[in-house]
Amino acid sequence: MSGPDPQSRWTDEHVEMLVGNLLRYGVLAAAAIALVGGVLYLARYGGTHADYHLFRGQPAELKSVGGVIGSARTGDGRGIIQLGLLALIATPIARVAFSLLAFARQRDRTYVIITAIVLALLLYGLTGYER
Amino acid sequence: MSVLILTLLIGLGSFAAGVLGALTGLGGGLVIVPLLTLVFGVDIRYAIGASLVSVIATSSGAAAAFVREGYTNIRIGMVLEIATTVGALVGAFVAALVAPSAIAIVFGLVLLYSAYRSTRPRVEHVTTGPPDRWAARLRLNGTYPTPEGRQAYSVQGVPTGFSLMFVAGILSGLLGIGSGVVKVLAMDQAMHLPFKVSTTTSNFMIGVTAAASAGIYLSRGYIDPGLAMPVMLGVLAGAMLGARILAGAHTSVLRRIFNVVVVVMAIEMLYKGITGSL
Repeated sequence: MSGPDPQSRWTDEHVEMLVGNLLRYGVLAAAAIALVGGVLYLARYGGTHADYHLFRGQPAELKSVGGVIGSARTGDGRGIIQLGLLALIATPIARVAFSLLAFARQRDRTYVIITAIVLALLLYGLTGYER
Repeated sequence: MSVLILTLLIGLGSFAAGVLGALTGLGGGLVIVPLLTLVFGVDIRYAIGASLVSVIATSSGAAAAFVREGYTNIRIGMVLEIATTVGALVGAFVAALVAPSAIAIVFGLVLLYSAYRSTRPRVEHVTTGPPDRWAARLRLNGTYPTPEGRQAYSVQGVPTGFSLMFVAGILSGLLGIGSGVVKVLAMDQAMHLPFKVSTTTSNFMIGVTAAASAGIYLSRGYIDPGLAMPVMLGVLAGAMLGARILAGAHTSVLRRIFNVVVVVMAIEMLYKGITGSL
């Protein structure tokens, strides 16, 4: 067990390094998308009156994964920000998916099951609420 | 106030929260909801949605650095994430059922507890003896780098740690915070992990836990893009700057100042919650 195994690129250490990069670039990409959306949003609505005091919820197209993607494709600033936020939420989910793959490569059945449970819970949180 | 001015002010406030959160180790997410509700008069549901997003950003941003240093124990993180994600989903569902004033009261209590914990010294309980039965079965023991080479540690109290993590998940989903204080408590005191391992593994878990409830907040319409954008970008930029100046900074005075801010916010949250004026 001690010492790196040259046969495998799926050692814990190697996987952790890849995961580190995944997280960093995921967050930077998400922030960049939200920034672009934010500039478009402020260019259009920056002069209007702000009101976050009363809770009205969001329109349907900003509440679901499909709706957000559709709204962002029309070039709407709010839709693009929301797309960036979705990318941000997806980053830790992708990290768990990546760990699942790594445990599967290591043929570690216990951890494949544990990681699959976590991934299923995350995907449920993201999509299970939509009808 | 115009949208542009409010966006810039919220961005600046979030930036300050991010810097202080990183420097004091309390995390910027803890004060985002009080900042938005008490200072900017934002509805607490929007505030929690924006805060959750910022928590994911700082956790993932910091985790990238931690993971490469080799402290994070992915197996421990993954096992405990079952508890935190279930808790986060429960917390997010409960958040829709209870009155905003009840959320404000719980928030005030958590702020007080966090301020109290940060004044207590952290005691390291590293053990090298035989591990807990569950730790052995799940192969949770690990090693971490020290100046004298890799040091082994043995994991204790897995059932207690797991239960505390469920509570941490509920608080995260209910309040939109990372619950780092409860996570570290579970890993330091119940499971006897070395600080570096518990801090970094907790940070890794915070992003995953927040992502579990963020999806539910999004589909309920609690995440407002115009509000979440300056909060996320501000906290992220602040946390990155804070982490950079952390080396060599004298944080004890800063920590005391931040604690006073947290306690004042706690009292105001409790007052507004009890009088129902939020």
